[in-house]
Amino acid sequence: MPLTLERIPGQEERVILSLGPQHPSTHGVLRLVLELEGETVVRALYDIGYLHTGFEKSFEALTYSQGITLTDRMDYLAPLSNNLGFCLAIEKLLNLEAPPRAQWIRVLLTELTRIQSHLVWLGTHAIELGAMSVFLYCFREREEILRIFEHVSGQRMMTSYFRVGGLALEPPLGWLQRVEKFTKTFPERIGEYETLLTKNPIWLRRTVGVGTISGPDAVALGLSGPSLRASGVNWDIRKAHPYSSYDKFEFNVPTRPEGDVYARYLVRVDEMRESLKIVRQAMDGLPEGPIKADAPHIVLPDRESMKTSIEALIYHFKLVTEGFHPPVGEVYQTIESPRGELGFYIVSDGSPKPWRCHVRAPSFGNLQTLPKIIEGRLLADVVACIASLDTVLGEIDR
Amino acid sequence: MLSPLETNLPLQKLREFDPEAVEDAREFRGEVTLYVRKARLRSACEFLRDAAELSFKYLSDVTAVDNYPNEPRFEAVYHLYSMENHRYLRLKVRLSGDDPRIDSVVPVWPAANAFEREVFDLFGIQFEGHPFLRRLMLPEDWEGHPLRKDYPTTGYR
Repeated sequence: MPLTLERIPGQEERVILSLGPQHPSTHGVLRLVLELEGETVVRALYDIGYLHTGFEKSFEALTYSQGITLTDRMDYLAPLSNNLGFCLAIEKLLNLEAPPRAQWIRVLLTELTRIQSHLVWLGTHAIELGAMSVFLYCFREREEILRIFEHVSGQRMMTSYFRVGGLALEPPLGWLQRVEKFTKTFPERIGEYETLLTKNPIWLRRTVGVGTISGPDAVALGLSGPSLRASGVNWDIRKAHPYSSYDKFEFNVPTRPEGDVYARYLVRVDEMRESLKIVRQAMDGLPEGPIKADAPHIVLPDRESMKTSIEALIYHFKLVTEGFHPPVGEVYQTIESPRGELGFYIVSDGSPKPWRCHVRAPSFGNLQTLPKIIEGRLLADVVACIASLDTVLGEIDR
Repeated sequence: MLSPLETNLPLQKLREFDPEAVEDAREFRGEVTLYVRKARLRSACEFLRDAAELSFKYLSDVTAVDNYPNEPRFEAVYHLYSMENHRYLRLKVRLSGDDPRIDSVVPVWPAANAFEREVFDLFGIQFEGHPFLRRLMLPEDWEGHPLRKDYPTTGYR
């Protein structure tokens, strides 16, 4: 029996409605059970697990480096952020630091990831509220970012470009020029989206004052990321616990006090501008030097050195067939993904495979606020509220 | 990120509040883990949330670790966060392998609701006082708890 709501005695005239899981507005396979009084939602319950693939169990059967490929597939709209969180957690476990050039490129790529993730969110959010054209505009720019990813890593979405101790490869020639070209055109593109939406009366009527949540409620329910900052709570892990040299970049953290769908929209649009600022800084100040840490027992050797050095060949063989042995211990590393606090909890027993790897997915925490947001509101607003939380079911179900 | 063990404020304050609450404390890579006695979990959590200089108002994560075949087999793991002090803290509670149960922390942090359901679903740990302890990821009629170490990973069951 699928999950359902028990009827309250004396309230038999209320309708119990199952929304999803194959509903286009639920951003994946999310199912909601709604109890309706007329058109007002009285109670709500969410049902997840349709995409559960047991990633946390799979981690235990793969070496640390192999595990990176699983992280892409969780939050499929922000694969590089997931790569980064997982690599940083392992690097913390190993007490290893990536060289500056790798850190800068990581920052550059995760901020581009944030922009493209927000573009998908904005396009789908708008299409659900009836503004078809915004979707086409957003996907035009997203396509260019995916091409940038493909250029650097060979893959549009499942990049796996960050590795333990650095990057997979030095970025190809001409790649930075491509990023630069994008940063020149993108500011006016954000202006285009804002022209279509920010003062659009229909958009305002669908979003202003809808799905409000207060800051303390949001904190208690585990909301994080831009949705939390739209409720007036200024918490960004890039500022609070700078990782990957974020303390060397200048950017603002947009916040809004209102906590409604419109505030979440404004915060994300501002975040795209701030991310673009970070991308520019990372491009201009990109240090020269190696892209992998000097740790031959952990990082794969260069192809060239394997042809001339027997040690490199032995290390390569050992790393590929067995993997590296981290010390016994446990770490919890969080980063600011486009959706909020993404945490990796890794327990090591000293073997080349993690004893336990748990992912604290931001959407998993954010989704808990959904019943609170939609209860007491009209059914038509439910769609706007789901979209404004920007959940990705891949990482919720894992 | 986290301060070392000897100067750790949450540990000192928790010991002042309840000398019996913390049975063990460890530090690794700057992260502090407090092992809390099972019976004192909820009162310790309430204290950590409400104490003015700690204010762990945000529950980042709840999960579990299976140490099969060792005993006590399970560890419930809580990651708390204080936005005022920019501080993470990890709590752990040791649970026995046969009939693992523990007090739910949903009354302390509503955010624990889905996290505890996930742990119940995948590890089979009972959370007493949880308002809606049902399977979350797997179907209701699923048998077994896949993240346990003795759960088969290949073949048909």
